[in-house]
This record gives sequence, structure tokens and C-alpha cells, in this order.
Amino acid sequence: MFPRIVYESFRHQARRKLLAGIAIALGVAVATAMIAVATDIGDKINRELRSYGANLVVTPQEDTLDVEVGGVNLKPPSDGAFLNEADLPKIRGTFWHNNIVGFSPMLPVTVKLGSGNDAKDVTLLGTYFNKALSFGKNDFTTGVRITHPWWKVSCGDGKESPNCGWPDDNSQNVLLGERLAAKANEKAGDAIEVAGRKLTVSGVLSTGGAEDDQLVAPLALAQQIIGKPGAVRSVYVSALTKPADALSVRDPKTMTPEVYDRWYCSPYVESIAYQLQEVIPHSHAEQIRQVAQNEGTVLSRIKGLMLLITFAALFASALAVSAAMATAIYERRVEVGLMKALGAGNLAVSAIFFAEALLLALVGGVAGFSAGALLARQIGRSIFNSRISIEPVLFPIIIAIAVFVTFAGSAAAIRRAVKFDPVFALRGEG
Amino acid sequence: MTQVADRRARVAHTSPSVSMFARMLLRAAVLRRRRAASALLAMVVAAAVATAMMNLYVDVQAKLRTEFRNYGANIVIVAKEGQSLPADALAKVESVLGTKTLAVPFAYAVARTQNGQSVVVVGTDFARARQLNHWWKVSHWPDAQNEVLVGMRAATVVSPKGSPNRQPFELTFQGKAIELAPAGMLQTGAGEDSRIYLDQSEFQNWTGVAPSTIEVAANGTTAEIEASIRQLAQLLPSAEVRPVRQIMEAEANVLNKTRATVYASAALVVLTSALCVLATLMGWVFDRRRDFAMMKTLGASERLINGFFAAEAAALGTVGAVLGFLIGIGVAAWIGRVNFHAPVVPRIGVFPYVLAGSIAVALISAVLPIVLLRRVQPAIILRGE
Repeated sequence: MFPRIVYESFRHQARRKLLAGIAIALGVAVATAMIAVATDIGDKINRELRSYGANLVVTPQEDTLDVEVGGVNLKPPSDGAFLNEADLPKIRGTFWHNNIVGFSPMLPVTVKLGSGNDAKDVTLLGTYFNKALSFGKNDFTTGVRITHPWWKVSCGDGKESPNCGWPDDNSQNVLLGERLAAKANEKAGDAIEVAGRKLTVSGVLSTGGAEDDQLVAPLALAQQIIGKPGAVRSVYVSALTKPADALSVRDPKTMTPEVYDRWYCSPYVESIAYQLQEVIPHSHAEQIRQVAQNEGTVLSRIKGLMLLITFAALFASALAVSAAMATAIYERRVEVGLMKALGAGNLAVSAIFFAEALLLALVGGVAGFSAGALLARQIGRSIFNSRISIEPVLFPIIIAIAVFVTFAGSAAAIRRAVKFDPVFALRGEG
Repeated sequence: MTQVADRRARVAHTSPSVSMFARMLLRAAVLRRRRAASALLAMVVAAAVATAMMNLYVDVQAKLRTEFRNYGANIVIVAKEGQSLPADALAKVESVLGTKTLAVPFAYAVARTQNGQSVVVVGTDFARARQLNHWWKVSHWPDAQNEVLVGMRAATVVSPKGSPNRQPFELTFQGKAIELAPAGMLQTGAGEDSRIYLDQSEFQNWTGVAPSTIEVAANGTTAEIEASIRQLAQLLPSAEVRPVRQIMEAEANVLNKTRATVYASAALVVLTSALCVLATLMGWVFDRRRDFAMMKTLGASERLINGFFAAEAAALGTVGAVLGFLIGIGVAAWIGRVNFHAPVVPRIGVFPYVLAGSIAVALISAVLPIVLLRRVQPAIILRGE
């Protein structure tokens, strides 16, 4: 009898059941989408924060002092220690290699621009633009186009042209800094004489920093100019890190083995620096505090904000589901009156309503979860250009929440419907 | 029941027809106060949530911008090659940008240590530099005459390994020697590590070099900052004013993404709250189909009935919006305090939207059941079928 009553209720009041089901599905969809976005937002914003550039720099251990004012290096170019370019792909072999977004080696050398008496000293910066490298079976590309996303290359004469752009890493082409280009009156496509070599300007570089006064060339070219193959002055590394906490700032030398393992296996900027030093011989890795230290605060603010909005969303969807259920039950007082007049107890009547609520919650929950997953994916694609993945573990949690909220929303209405005097209900008053 | 009938009779006898409409509205609310209260509650909650979300959305940008200012300067003013900035440059910058903006002067010179090594010495205003560059890790800020901040790497040059820390050292610039005492170490992971920082006035007394760079942390949108840059460039024709693209572009990028996410989320939340109101109110109106049938039987025109339910919905929407708005700004302020440690300014501009939205949702949920009921004969409703 019980299943038949429930079945008939769904059959005869299909439209009302559909409305309640839609309300539940919408509420669950919003809740699912918000939970998915909130759990993934940290990772997404962390990636966006990489547009601030590298957060780690690796230099030779026995490095001499930089004597540099306003981007002009006053030190002889061949002075000091160097890192070995051949060691760089090993960065991909560190424990947190998946967190390393990219790296760029830098080799500044002082060169003469122009020929004869007009020649003047400028800094030529050798680096990777988008260099193809491999470590083990792993092929990847890296360079300033990944680590310095604010660097822009134009033609220098205000016109867009396919002929100007980033130089190839194996070419003899260079980029001319914006202010240097204006001073030297050169633009893309021009031939210039650098350190006695004829080079082609492939584009004009704008960075808003010291590079605007410099030449930027493939690393190999800078190495040829100073006659030191494989030499690298510093390496800028852009890594996804975890905000600093009490553990991250401790000195690894004073840690117990268990604490050390936990520290080593957390993507703190400090532990990544430590691991970079391990793979690159005779190196010293340091966090760039301007970038690394501020990431944590910005990240935690945005995460906190999304968490609060998610609570608001959960609250609103719980209310919407409760309201829909309460309305659906309130409308059926006459039915309750009839059942009670025929001798049904309060328990039997409540059981029917709860069974119906459970069915609605399950169906609405499944539909809402799928819709919410689609919604989250859509948000991820349109805002972050990447997928927001839904953890499968979320499914049972969401269904449980849907059932709980539907029950909680129905409970008050069911209690009132059951308490209602059948006489009034049947007379149509109330 | 008899009480109700009595009251109804009294109302009918004593009230002039003008206030009949108002009385009907009021009675409807009083007699079914439980249902009316639950409808109002749904309205208030929805309006509160919508207000809080809109307030946050409007405010989140300003809030995050202050957080982003921790990344330091977004404008640099640099003197033309080899020159210094005019002496009043800093005062000019501050007069243009107001006191809320931070401007820090820097002067550079290359000095020699006793064993002949070159090191860059920077003259600056420590109080300002400390405020601008939150990320500088400093063991102790200088507070006495001739005390300096020594960069991590510069320390190896001025006080070679083995010598005790904080030992005074001598530097010479163009033949003029000065005795300096390290107050603390500076660690940034960037160029600052190779330099020595000295107070601006002491630096100028020693070297005679005036500041050549001013770093400015300007608050505001990209357009506002660009306007400031143009203004500064006009004011200081002898210098070059340029944005720090690394900071500005990354900030714009992260901000846009965050704003879009908050926007999408807030829209979803507001939509869900509207749905909640719709469900509650439609049930409420549908539940009163007997009133509707009775009015129709007594000869009320369709216009009057529509007007009655519409006025009721509008009243509910208005009261709900006002109460909800007040609660909503409270919630937004609380979120601002918890998350950003700064109050969220209540945006009165949000109120018209909340009010219009509340009334619109209330009207829709009132009119929809009426349209459905219009097709039904009043007699059938009154018979309770």
C-alpha cells in the first residue's frame, strides 16, 4: 500500500512534483558549482599570480657582487662565477617539477653597439625565449615568454607585421629594448652591429623595466660574444608555491627527519629553493621576496572571499529547497485530512511525505549535481581558460546534503500538515 | 471563525470605500500572518543575500587593489641619463597624487670599500621605503646617525667572513671617506641584496648626489594610474615617468579573473534567492485562491483583483527589500572585516537594484498564479475542488 500511495502521488501530481524537483535540482546545481569553484579557485589564482613573473632566482654560490645602477651593469662582463647551462634541464627532475611553470637563464654581457667612433656600451642580455629542452623522456619548452609574461614585442614603428616578433632561440636575431631603439633610431628588420657582428633586429621589446635600455638575444649568442660556452649568470624560476607558514620558514638543518620530510614534500618556496640547489651544482637559490611573499596574502584573501560566497550560496539554495518543499506540502492539507479521516496515524502520514521528499531529493540531487558540474566547467572555461574538475568524492556529499536539506525543509511543513484538524481540512477551511 | 466574521462585518459597515482597498491589504496580512511572515522572511533573506553579494562585488576590486599595493611601486620616475631629479620633485609628486599615495626617493652612487671593491650605495627615506616595500626582510631598521642597511650579498664585501657582525666599515666616494655602522641585514632576493642603504640626507651630505629615482605606489584603476602618469610627466618634463608593467599587468590580470568569478558566483546566489522567493510567494498566492474566488463572486472586476494582488506583492517586495538591504550591508561589512580586515563601505547605489529586483520577483510570483486561476470558475474553487 505504502509504495502505491507514493507512486500514485507522483503520477497524479506530476506537475507539482516536477516543480519541487526543479527547485531541488537548481539549488543543488548552484551548491555543486560553487563548491567546485571554491575548492579550485586557489589553484587557479595561484596560476594567474604567475603573471607576476619568477619567484625564485638561482645564482652561482661564489657569486661576486652586482654593481648595477638603473639596469646598467658596471662590472666587467667576464668577471665572476657562472652556472652551467647543461645543468638547467635538471630543474625538471626536482621533487616538485610539476609545480615549476618555467625558468629562464640570464647572461648579461656588455657589448659595443654600432661601429667605429659612434659605438657605445650597452648591455646585451642572453636568455631563452621559448627554448625546446628535454629531461629524460620529458620534452618541454621554457623561457621568458613563460616566466616574463609582461614582455611585449612589437615592430617598433607602431605597425603590426608578421615579419617582426620573438627571435628564434637558435638564430642570430636580437630584440632591441624600446628606449634603446628610440635612441638608436632602429626598428624591426634593421641590421645592427653588435660587438663586431652583424645582427638582425627581429622586434622591439617593451618591458617597463631595465630591459628597455638593453639588447635581448638568444643565450647562445651572448655566450659566443664573451667566449664562454655554457655560461649562465642566473636562472629565474617561476614555481607554483604554497603560502608560507610556521613550518616553511624553519631551517632544514635543525629539523627532525619526520619534520624534514614533511617540509621537503610541501611546495613551499623555501623547499623548492632547497631542491633547486640540490640539482644545480655550486648554486644558491633565493626567493624573490617581492613576488613570493605577497602571493600568500592575495591568495588567502581571494580564497576566503570565495569561501564566504560559497556559504551564502549554500544558504540560499538550502532556503530555496526548503521553501519549495514547504509550499508543496502545505497545498496537500486536504489529502492529509482525508488520510487521517480514514484512520492513518501521524507516523504513517509523515512517512509518506518523507518518502516522497527522499525520492525528490535523490532525483533532483543527481540532476542538480550534473548541471552543477557543467556550470562549474563553464565558469572555469570562460574565466580561467582551463577546466574546473569536480572531485568524485563530492557526489555522495552533495546528495547527502540535498537529502538533509529537503528533509529539514519539509519537516516543519509536514508537522503542521499532520497537526491540522482533518475536519477543517475536509471542509476546505484554513 | 465567528470572530473573523464579526471583524469582517465591522470592516464592511464602518469603512468608507476609499480605504477599503488598503484595509483589504492590511487584513490579508494580519489574518494570515504566519503565511505572510514566511513570505516576508523569504523576501528579506533574498534581498539581504542579494545586497551583500552586490555590495561585495562592487567593493571587492577596491579591497583587492589595496592588497596588491603590497607588491610595491607601480610607477617609477627616473631622471634623464646621468642627471638628478629637481629638488622639489618629491613634493610635486605628493601634491599631485595626494597624501594617500606613497612616493619613495632613491639616489645611487658607486663607492669603494677599503680593499678597493665597488659597491652600490643607495640613499633613501627609510620610513617610506619600509611602508612601500613590505617584502623586504630586514633584521633591524637603522635609527641612528650613519647607520645603514646592508644587503645580504653586499655584506660579504664590507665585512668579510669571519669578522664580527655589525662592525663599522669605511667607504669612499670620490675621495671622501665615511664611517658607516650596519644596523641590520636586508634580504629581498633581487638587486637590493647587492646594495647598501643609507639615509637620504646623510647620503647627500657625503656624496652630494641627489635622488635620481622616485618609486610611486599609486592606488586606483588602470585608467586612473595612467592618468596619474600623464599628469606626472607634464609636471616633471626633465624626468621620465613610466609604469611598472610587471606589477600593473599582473594585477589587472588577477583582478579581472577574481572579479569575473565573484560576479558569476554572486549572480548564481542572487538567482537562487530569487527562486526561493518565487517558490514561497507563489505558494502563498495560490493558497489564497478562495479569496480570489470570493472577490470574483462578489463582483470584483478583473482589474481590481489584479491590482489587489499586485499591490500586495509590491508592498511585500518593498518591505522585504528595505529590511533585507539593512541586513545585507551588515553581512557585507562583516565579510569585509573577517576577510579583508577593513570595513566594506555600504553602497547606497545598490539599493535601487535590490528594490526593483524584489518588487519584480514579488510581482511575477503574484501574477503567475492569478493568470492560472483566471481560467477556473470561482464556483469550483469555492466548492474546494
